[in-house]
Parts: sequence; C-alpha cells; structure tokens
Amino acid sequence: MNTTFFAEDRKGWMSLLASADEARLTELWHGFGADPACEFLRAPEAGGVMVRGRMGGTGAPFNLGEMTVTRCALALTDGTVGHGYVQGRSKAKAEIAAKVDALMQTGAAEALRAAVLAPLAEERQAQKDTRAAKAAATKVEFFTMVRGED
Amino acid sequence: MYVAVKGGERAIENAHAWLAEERRGSKEVSELSLAQIREQLSLAVNRVMAEGSLYDPDLAALAIKQSRGDLIEAIFLIRAYRTTLPRFGCSKPVETGKMACDRRISATFKDAPGGQVLGPTFDYTHRLLDFKLAADGEVPEAAVAEPRREATPHITEFLQGEDIIEREPFSDAEPGDLTREPMSFPAGRAVRLQSLARGDEGFILGMAYSTQRGYARNHAFVGELRIGCVPVEMEIPELGFAIEIGEVELTECETVNQFKGSKTVPPQFTRGYGLVFGQSERKSIAMALVDRALRWEELGEDNVGAAAQDEEFVLSHADNIQATGFLEHIKLPHYVDFQSELELVRKLRREAEELAQTLAAREAAE
Amino acid sequence: MRLQTSTAVYAGGFSNPPVTAAHAFRAAMNAMARPGQIQNISGAIPPAGVSVAAGTLLLTLCDPETGVYLTPGLDSDALRGWLTFHTGAPVVEAGQADFALGTWDALLPLTRFRAGTAEYPDRSATLIIEVPGFGPPNAALKGPGIKGTAQMQLPEISAFRNNAVLYPLGVDFFFTAGAQVAALPRSTQVTAEA
Repeated sequence: MNTTFFAEDRKGWMSLLASADEARLTELWHGFGADPACEFLRAPEAGGVMVRGRMGGTGAPFNLGEMTVTRCALALTDGTVGHGYVQGRSKAKAEIAAKVDALMQTGAAEALRAAVLAPLAEERQAQKDTRAAKAAATKVEFFTMVRGED
Repeated sequence: MYVAVKGGERAIENAHAWLAEERRGSKEVSELSLAQIREQLSLAVNRVMAEGSLYDPDLAALAIKQSRGDLIEAIFLIRAYRTTLPRFGCSKPVETGKMACDRRISATFKDAPGGQVLGPTFDYTHRLLDFKLAADGEVPEAAVAEPRREATPHITEFLQGEDIIEREPFSDAEPGDLTREPMSFPAGRAVRLQSLARGDEGFILGMAYSTQRGYARNHAFVGELRIGCVPVEMEIPELGFAIEIGEVELTECETVNQFKGSKTVPPQFTRGYGLVFGQSERKSIAMALVDRALRWEELGEDNVGAAAQDEEFVLSHADNIQATGFLEHIKLPHYVDFQSELELVRKLRREAEELAQTLAAREAAE
Repeated sequence: MRLQTSTAVYAGGFSNPPVTAAHAFRAAMNAMARPGQIQNISGAIPPAGVSVAAGTLLLTLCDPETGVYLTPGLDSDALRGWLTFHTGAPVVEAGQADFALGTWDALLPLTRFRAGTAEYPDRSATLIIEVPGFGPPNAALKGPGIKGTAQMQLPEISAFRNNAVLYPLGVDFFFTAGAQVAALPRSTQVTAEA
C-alpha cells in the first residue's frame, strides 16, 4: 500500500468521524453489525485542545480558547491499531471511531466505507449545502441608483 | 485578613436546596431540556463558550440551566470544568479564509468578491416585539439559492494587492498562553488577543465604544465581518500527521483604520482583529477596535492616555470571572477585619474629641 | 510518513491511569519531601533499557507541555514512540528540558540544564538519573524534610554541593532503580559521609 496515499485517506475518515453526529454514527455502526474484539491501548478519555487562530487571519498564531475532544486507542486481535479523536465528550463515540479506524486498515474496509463512512460524508455535505444555500439567498444585489432625468 | 469560621452548614445546605427549587421554578411549567437551550438560546450558549474559553455547546447549555440564566455564573462553571480537562495539545491555527460563511459583510467594499451575505442577522429588523412568539409559532422555511462552493477570500487581500494596508507578518512563533503562564506586562499581541477573546463582552464593548468617542485616535471601518464554521486540525503525534478533530463556529472581524504614517512607515491603513467562538458579532467588532487601540506603540503612535491604549488596564480588568470573584468576595464574612476597623475608627474619634476638648479648654482659658 | 506498526509503542501504559498516576505521584512527592528515603513506584512498563521507576515517573509527570531530554545512550525510536503516545511530551535539547532522563555520566555537565530564574526558580529541569541500585551511603544529607541527617549513595558529592549553593535556583534529582525511587531536591545540603 502506498503510505502517503493511505495517510491522506486515513486523515479523511478520521476527520469525518471527529465531527460526526454521535447518534447517527452509532446508528450506522450498529447497522454495519460487526463489533470486533479489541483491547484498549488507551481507554477513552476526554480532554481539551487549545484552538489557535492567526492575527489578522494570516499572521502570527494566538490561542483562542479550548474545545473538548475525546480520544481512544485500541488494537484488534490481529494487532491492527485504531485511533479515535472526536469532538465533544462522548467516550462511546471515540471508541466507535477507533474501531472504524482499525477496521479501515483491514479487509473490512470497503464494506465499512459503504455502510458508515459514505453515508456520513454524504449527509455532512448535504448539511453544508443547505446552509450555503440559505446564505446564498441572503446575498445582497446592489442596484446603482440613477437620477430621474439628465 | 481571612479567618476560618465554623457553623452555618445546615443553613448552607438548606439554602442550596431552595436554590435548586427556585432554579426549577414552577412545576406547572415543563422543564427546559439542554437541547432546547442549545438550539433556541444559541447566542447565550455562544457567549458562555467564548468567555468560558471552551467550545462545547452541550456543556454551555448545561451551565446556563444550572446558573438559572446568569451567564457570568455559567461562564464560571465552564472555566472551573475546563481546568479539570487534560490538555491533549494545540490545534494548527484555523484557516478563516476557508470558512463556510453563513454571513459575510464589508462596510468598505460594496462589490467585494464573494458578495455581501447577510446571513441570519438582527440588522434591519425593526426591534419591535413579536407577540406571535408568545404563542407557539411555526416558522416558515428560509429561502434558498444556488450555494457558493468556493472559499470566500478575505477583503484585506485586495487592499494588500495595492500595498496600501499593513501586512500581517506570517510566523509560526509559539504564542503565550495566559491559562498556563501568569500574565505579565507588556503582554504582547498574542496574549492580548487571547485575553480579549475570553474577556467580558460588556467590558470590551465599553472600551471599544470609548475609542469611537475619541479616547484614542482610532477611526475604524469594518473591512470584513464573517461568521461560519471552520474545521480544526491538530497534529497527532502518534500518527505523524494532522487530522480534523472537529469543527467550530467562529465570528471574525477585521477593521481597517486610517494611519497617517510614522518615521519609518508611509501613510497606509492599519488593522485591528477580532476572533470569537460562536456567532458573537458585537464582541468581535469590539475586540478588533480594542486590539487596534492597544497597538499604538508598535505603530509609533502617541499614547494619548486613553484607557483603551493601556494594556495593563484593559487586560487586568477584561476577565469577568476574576472581576466577579474579587468583587463578590467582599460580601463574605470579614468580621475580624471589620472589628479592627471599628476599633480604629473609635480610637480616631476619641482622639478627635479629646483634641476638640483640649482646644476648647485652651480657648476658654485665654 | 512512517507507519508505526509495532504495538509495543502503545503497550506498557497505566492500566488504570487516574489511580496509578495518583499512587505514583504520591511516591514521587514523598521522595522529594523526604530526601534520600527510598519509595516504591510502579505502574508503567517502559521499553527495554528504562527502569519501571523512571518510566512511571515519566508517565506521571510529563505531558504535551513538558519537554523531555533523552541522553544518547537511552534515546531510541521505541522510547520516543512510547513517550509520545502515553504523554504527548516533546523530546527536546538539554537546554530546553523540563525533565531529563539518563545515567549520571550521560547527563553531565549539569550546567547545560535550566536552573530557573530569580523571578521563576521553578523554570528549571528535573533530572531522572538511572542508577544500578541504592548502594551503601557515601553522602550525608541535611535540610528541609530531614530530621537530623539522612544518608544516601550519590554518584559524586561536589556536583550536588554546587547545585545546592545555587538555591533557590538549581535542578532537582530523582534516582531510579528497578521499581524504586529516591530524590534529592536543590534545598538539600550534601556532605561526604565520614
């Protein structure tokens, strides 16, 4: 497997899992059906990450404030290691994310992608499009005012 | 002087029980759910996240419920909770240029590429109470149009093209963190921005307003105001690459301020910057104005003695949790201090009376 | 990108972090509070070459905001990976280190470590010195936390005396062997045992 390609792909699914709605992720995960045996390398734990911005949007960094993040690491029985880093404080969500990350590195990848990741990605895009469409409807069209007569 | 006092446990317990009952209010009225607070009081939730300095809408909703809607008390709860969280690390700086904008306006350029997008704003409402909301009203669906797919560029980029606005020097310097190192002065712009971002909205607003009324020369235009979601990325050391760990809603304000120039810099526009968690428009504009006023020294401007130019004054008084803690502690028992004060005043009065008597006796004798 | 396929990097952490870390912290605190007194400390199983005591101290005291210096003799991909996963602590040069790990000879000279500043004496390094064992005492200790005098074996005397002279600046020391730890804070006066 090309490792650079793999990292890019892995970044994609880990990112998608991080901001997924917990209820929906749980539903899709249960729908997938298989819950592999695994051992925690790091039991799910909640913590904070300092979010940074840049001065003027593009300059030097500064600390804006923290956000809650929960992480988890586990190993499948074949030794495959999965990591979950998810927004919020749900330990269950972090555990599912780590399991998905582990299984995505196994032969179950394609089935899992179809059952969990593809619907998540699609729904996320649809949500973004809905907001963008509402924003677009509030875009101002300026009309140059013309005097009544020359 | 602090003196331990014993007793009052039963009174305190009973006070807490009554507080819980009062918080709940009449049981004839159904209880608020956290989801209701999060969804329907979202600007209060945003303020608690911004000033609590922790982005977590569900936690902020809980804090608002527990504090009976006292937002400073809610911020206090969030700050206390925040200190219990292990710090996993720091994000990469968010890229606001890639924001999915719900709102994006410019007061300086009518035809800004990307357009003027009003978003869900209170502006242009008539500020008339809507009595329909007193009854449960169904809300019509908002209108939609063809969505913009590409990123919306920052307005200042266009001014930068003409080289007529100062450039933000890019760096990856490690910024100071006031939650880790006690603040010392001069604090530097990174710590100033952190302090303003978590500072009290009312205080920052008052400071900003003072600059507009002439207490610091600082005529600002809102070059751009944008509200929307940005992904947050963090390097994961055990992976060796960065992933998105979530998404936050931000309000960003960039002001453009006229600058007559200095010995080393030609006349140009200078910048003030505001960035706040959530949809917090007033706060971000105020933050940008105060940021700009505090930059007088690096820009070679005169210190006219305005409060908003005084970094130590602004940063030391911006935090509402520090302020309320110190302010409210004076209502707690100070019996021993007061006893000594009482003794002192009695003694002074005795001395004054004795002096008056002596003077009167001397006058009578003369 | 290098894929870390070895799960060894992920193993050997605290099985019950809140409890284990609290016990380990108490041992570390007691060691510092009672200079020269040996405490039991365990919970971590670090990669080969590092004692249980030193590994447990690292997991207890380090986080993403504490720089760790690893002496060349101990530094390895396995140790770096283990430290990164379990603590997030960055590996740094000696001059930036909050904690340093190595044998006494490998850590010398002490002057390369931060000794704090007059305003912030706490901005200094803590050295975790791997020793073969706690042998017969060659030094007498006096100072806070010691009733009368205490004894312990030190790799030498003069370096510790010189460090104590810097007080309130200076570095602090843990000594680790197996699952045991002893400590020598900068406040302790050291003399050669007669």
